Amino acid sequence: METEVIKPKNRIHPHKFTLWVGIGSIVMMFAGLTSAYIVKRNQAGWVTYDLPKAFWYSTLIILLSSITLQLSAKAFKERAMSKYRMLILSTLILGVLFIVLQFMGFKNLYNQGLDWKSHVSVSFFWVIVLLHAAHVIGGIITLIVMFLKAFSTKTRIYSMVPIDLICTYWHFVDVLWIYLLIFIIMIK
Amino acid sequence: MSTVTAHASTHHEAHGDEHQEHHHHETFITKYVFSQDHKTIAKQFLVTGIIWAIIGGLFSVIFRLQLGNPEATYPFLEDFLGHWAKGGKLQPEFYYALVTMHGTILVFFVLTAGLSGTFANFLIPLQIGARDMASPMLNMLSYWFFFLASVIMMGSLFVQTGPASGGWTVYPPLSALGDASSGSKIGMDLWLVSMAMFVVSSLLGGLNYITTILNMRTKGMSMTRLPLTIWALFFTAVLGVLSFPVLLSGAILLLFDRNLGTSFFLSDIVVAGKIMPNEGGSAILFQHLFWFLGHPEVYIILLPAMGMSSEILSVNSRKPIFGYMAMVGSLFAITILAFLVWAHHMFVTGLNPFLGSVFVLLTLLIAVPSAIKVFNWLTTLWRGNIRFTPGMLFAIGFVSLFISGGLTGIFLGNSALDIHLHDTYFVIAHFHIVMGVASFFGMFAGVYHWYPKMFGRYLNNTLAYIHFWVTIVGAYLIFWPMHYEGLAGMPRRYYDFSNWESFKNFGGLNQFISIIALIVFAAQLMFVINFFYSIWKGRKVTNQNPWGANTLEWTAPIRPGHGNWPGEIPEVHRWPYDYAKDGKEFIPQDVPVGADESKH
Repeated sequence: METEVIKPKNRIHPHKFTLWVGIGSIVMMFAGLTSAYIVKRNQAGWVTYDLPKAFWYSTLIILLSSITLQLSAKAFKERAMSKYRMLILSTLILGVLFIVLQFMGFKNLYNQGLDWKSHVSVSFFWVIVLLHAAHVIGGIITLIVMFLKAFSTKTRIYSMVPIDLICTYWHFVDVLWIYLLIFIIMIK
Repeated sequence: MSTVTAHASTHHEAHGDEHQEHHHHETFITKYVFSQDHKTIAKQFLVTGIIWAIIGGLFSVIFRLQLGNPEATYPFLEDFLGHWAKGGKLQPEFYYALVTMHGTILVFFVLTAGLSGTFANFLIPLQIGARDMASPMLNMLSYWFFFLASVIMMGSLFVQTGPASGGWTVYPPLSALGDASSGSKIGMDLWLVSMAMFVVSSLLGGLNYITTILNMRTKGMSMTRLPLTIWALFFTAVLGVLSFPVLLSGAILLLFDRNLGTSFFLSDIVVAGKIMPNEGGSAILFQHLFWFLGHPEVYIILLPAMGMSSEILSVNSRKPIFGYMAMVGSLFAITILAFLVWAHHMFVTGLNPFLGSVFVLLTLLIAVPSAIKVFNWLTTLWRGNIRFTPGMLFAIGFVSLFISGGLTGIFLGNSALDIHLHDTYFVIAHFHIVMGVASFFGMFAGVYHWYPKMFGRYLNNTLAYIHFWVTIVGAYLIFWPMHYEGLAGMPRRYYDFSNWESFKNFGGLNQFISIIALIVFAAQLMFVINFFYSIWKGRKVTNQNPWGANTLEWTAPIRPGHGNWPGEIPEVHRWPYDYAKDGKEFIPQDVPVGADESKH
């Protein structure tokens, strides 16, 4: 018996859709924090400070990691599995490097006496950036799982869905970081 | 050759097979505890919600004892509250803890998780024709995060310094400074951690509800053929997904303030003669973050009740719902407006009066969609062939309470009047009627209506009628007099009014309210007994469609297994409100449209 499958019309995979709604939700959390920041900034006693260089370097790194991840998705599509593994690993390393650089940035701030409780404007920076880093760490954990799965000899993965999901999420945290950086530079 | 339409049904089939397979070697743990079946998860939410409702209700009874008879002592209270009721008299600190936890429990754990957790889980797949949720795994996690939140909140009741006691809105500075009161210590931290878990739970649930409704509908189930319950649950989920994260951000900042020495919400504070080091924060900022969730939360609670009442009113009037598209449109309008009115909770915070008047306008605009809904419910009832089932009575009760409570909202929405009425019993009366009791009525309507589908048995009708009449009469007797107390300026959250010359004369009224509250609480216990007794001993359902309803859940077997329909998922050919059409009492959604059938 033959089975003919009629392709759905533009129907998005439920898991991808769920991720998009989830992204909407994360955006709302950061919108809440950044609008609180704006409200607070208009009140008296706001201090400004220079962003440590490490945060700038981390921006470059996360942009680069988005590119390697996109290339790994392409490699996966072409079934170039060793290339895929290498690119996933590079993304993973760049992701960890991003966190390390952010940590160094925070250490620098701390050494300048700008710790999380020094002043409200600095506190906001700590909380917002740490929460973003927590989201990046979530992505890193997912990448580790995908990297290990890529070596599994028992099962062969053909579905594009997981790689599409992590691509969307990773680009999202990337864009979110760019937004936060611009926000913090513009609204000091 | 067979043709499979990939209209998500390939996905369904995959799911279905998977579940069928599970079905054979399901253990007690996978079937009842860590279940991924949306129906079991719904029941888990419902039972947990009922347990919380008993606790939250009991708290109100205890603090009503204090308000009704501030001079009296109740030695039995000391037996189970210990040092919180020394000598049988409630300690003032514990009174605050009780009102705080009453609000927290009822608003979040009962009327959010217990209400949409139950009915979104139960009804969405069954009414849209899906085997399960888009992600049964996330759905299971949603319940277990709620369970974790429940355990933490429950635990906070037993810590030595007592649970959080700064009011359910946990405004700083009281909530931000551990030294401010006994209820600001570890109880407050546990409250925040529990609420963070709760937010995760409601986000996981909400994501699933939205995706399932938009992506998993059966063939023929276009958006305009969705039952109004589903529309309401959809907008509820949208509200939750967009507003809970903002509460989470407020809670995170508060946790930082409490434990890491930051000053987001604190500035220039003196506690017990000691100047606190915090500088530069703003307590009002928290109110903005809180009410940006807090107001949509009102509709997260109310919309499911609206949706279920719409459905039940139509089924039991044996008439199509009046103005289906207007109902959907007004749900949408309420959802949008819900995000634009939060500052009406903050008219007395020194808000810029111009900003205040903008919020007055936006708040009063909510009257428009609300009035459309009320008009449509009444016109649905009008000349209907009404069957007064318990579910129907509660749905009608919901409409009554929504009108009564909605009208006082027009008073409170005016900033000029609100300055007088703010934080008085008028506010208590308003939101208890329009949001608390009305939503409870929607929930009861849903439980009575869908109980046969949930458990394959009926609830006892006599007890149900007693439950309804005691509750509706009692609710009005409790909350109506509070409007007068509030107009006279009687403030909320006070432990004892007997020392005020101006409020002394309300002593008798307060006593009366307390007695009625006790009776109404007893009636709820009767419902709980009916509920649990009927699961095992209730009259068995023998008719697949006991109410003669059109929606898809009644085409599933009386006790549906995991996957809901043993064979193919029914195809939908019409909207769900073909009642009294072409001489037929009702035409279910899966009946194909006849050649000579008239258009609705």
